Amino acid sequence: MKKTYKIDVDCANCANKMEEAAKKTAGVKDATVNFMTLKMIVEFEESQDPKSVMQNVLKNCKKVEDDCEIYL
Amino acid sequence: MNKKQKKVLARIILAAACMVVFSLLPVEGYLRFGLFLIPYLIIGYDILKKAWKGILNRQVFDENFLMAVATIGAIILGDYLEGTAVMLFYQIGELFQSYAVGKSRRNISDLMDIRPDYANIERDGTLEKVDPDEVAVGDIIVVQPGEKIPIDGTIIEGMTSLNTSALTGESLPREVTMGDDVISGCINMNGLIKIQTTREFGESTASKILELVENASSKKSRSENFITKFAHYYTPAVCGGAAILAILPPLVRMLFLGLSPEWSDWILRALTFLVISCPCALVISIPLSFFAGIGGASSAGILVKGSNYLETLAQTGCVVFDKTGTMTQGVFEVSGIHHNTLPEETLLEYAALAECHSSHPISKSLQKAYGKPIDQSRVTEVQEISGNGVTARIDGKLDVAVGNDRLMQRVGVAYVPCSGTGTLVHVAVNGTYAGHILISDLIKPHAKEAIQALKDAGVSRAVMLTGDAKPVADAVAKELGIQEVYSELLPADKVSMVEKLLGEKATGTSLAFVGDGINDAPVLSRADIGIAMGAMGSDAAIEASDIVLMDDDPLKIARAIRIARKCIRIVYENIYFAIGIKLLCLVLGALGIANMWTAIFADVGVMILAVLNAIRALRIKNL
Repeated sequence: MKKTYKIDVDCANCANKMEEAAKKTAGVKDATVNFMTLKMIVEFEESQDPKSVMQNVLKNCKKVEDDCEIYL
Repeated sequence: MNKKQKKVLARIILAAACMVVFSLLPVEGYLRFGLFLIPYLIIGYDILKKAWKGILNRQVFDENFLMAVATIGAIILGDYLEGTAVMLFYQIGELFQSYAVGKSRRNISDLMDIRPDYANIERDGTLEKVDPDEVAVGDIIVVQPGEKIPIDGTIIEGMTSLNTSALTGESLPREVTMGDDVISGCINMNGLIKIQTTREFGESTASKILELVENASSKKSRSENFITKFAHYYTPAVCGGAAILAILPPLVRMLFLGLSPEWSDWILRALTFLVISCPCALVISIPLSFFAGIGGASSAGILVKGSNYLETLAQTGCVVFDKTGTMTQGVFEVSGIHHNTLPEETLLEYAALAECHSSHPISKSLQKAYGKPIDQSRVTEVQEISGNGVTARIDGKLDVAVGNDRLMQRVGVAYVPCSGTGTLVHVAVNGTYAGHILISDLIKPHAKEAIQALKDAGVSRAVMLTGDAKPVADAVAKELGIQEVYSELLPADKVSMVEKLLGEKATGTSLAFVGDGINDAPVLSRADIGIAMGAMGSDAAIEASDIVLMDDDPLKIARAIRIARKCIRIVYENIYFAIGIKLLCLVLGALGIANMWTAIFADVGVMILAVLNAIRALRIKNL
């Protein structure tokens, strides 16, 4: 399952870091951050609840870039 | 500028003013340190805060952390002005970047200004503005002059001209009237029209296109992936270099050369490394270039479904065309009337009258060419001879036979064969030959120029594939100037043909297939790049292809390639420029030639130049 979230982040490199952090989160199959349109596209693994996975994604993103936001 | 940016700008001005004033004051020592701490904290407090959080989260290679280390280090070594300046310029660079990115986001959404904000629904005689999402399929909406059509549908009342330029890049207005299908995103220019919707808002053309363009930059190109990887290793590598530079040379000087270690000099050199270590210029300019390129292309009616496709398109060395609907119009029209003994109009009139009961494409094109309403009562004794043609009596006195060679043989009339290609319709009146009408698929007006433009753009091989008969295919290819043509192919043959061509192409080049998208889906997906033409409103074509030409002008193929080439050229310029300057400054910094100011240029200056260069990809007017 794929879902798109709106994000807010200031720099392109931070966006890449968020992408990497999201990819490493458990339950996430793949993630893409589009800095130009400020969107995060997350592909979840089968039988994962997007809501709880996204909480962890947000936590991991905050760790690598404090000044970021994902609008869940 | 938004609120956040204005605040940063105010801090920049304030800090810069403080710096200028304080550097003129004749103070020394701790007082000078104290004074410079004021602008430093004004401009850098948020960076320091973020750096601290970075440390807590163990993000050592975070650029805030690196900036903090570099500037604090410089200040400890007594370079107050440089330390503050690095922070100041770093913030200027960040502000510029966020402004430029925000601006190009807006520019591109302006270019794609097809998002309708509302729909008008008539209730009790008054117009009511509603959210287009709330309009159901089959509802009737009213579009006034100057408004955008919000939802795809069919006109049930009124007529007008439509401006389709936001969708197709074509400035010529399109005339529409009752019964015509219209698509969302067009602007109604002069008449009031009522439309019965055939789709939901989310499924309408305008929504689909916007979604496609917005998502396009999420499909990352090879260059973007390269830069992400590069940035991943670059920062740690430069930081490592800085650590070695700070420790190793002084130790060597002290232990082996018997010289004074000059710690502060080497540490300062190491700090310049940290300033250069930020990969921002590269990381921002590459996606920005692609974003601008995709935006520019879409303003010309060329939809690119991903940054990666722009990259592949730029390498196009071989273009394979479908014939019908791509290079030709795909509609049969009367292209000539020869050997006629009667006036052309009369001949057409008889042919159209005789064929008036038939719904065959040929008879339709005859009726279309005749162009006047047909009085069916003039036609009697119609006899349709399958596979031959029609005989009929017109106005009760003329025995007319309209059909092919076989019909002429059947009615015993000597006919004149034709040198042209296409379908031949002979006409005999009262047993004498009256001439023939040639019906053929017309070549598109720009098709020949399009082939030439492709050759000029450096495409070395142009191939045409078609299911049509060999003489027709050869004639079209000859007229267009295409040397290679393969005819009488079934859809499966087209796929294997494209596979064969894929095997023959030179490495480093790509093969593009151009089709009208309706029955070419397997070939479109098999080629390196599938280009669908005339896709306005056709979901299947948008789905199957990588690049969509909104109108059916083949000249756009070469234009798309030129836009892609420009975009990729800018991407490479930025990669080489940014990496080159950074490496140069690193070397000069290690040698002690480049100081903190050079490092600031390598970081902020390069980023600003790269961003300005990236925005150039948006300008496609002269391509």
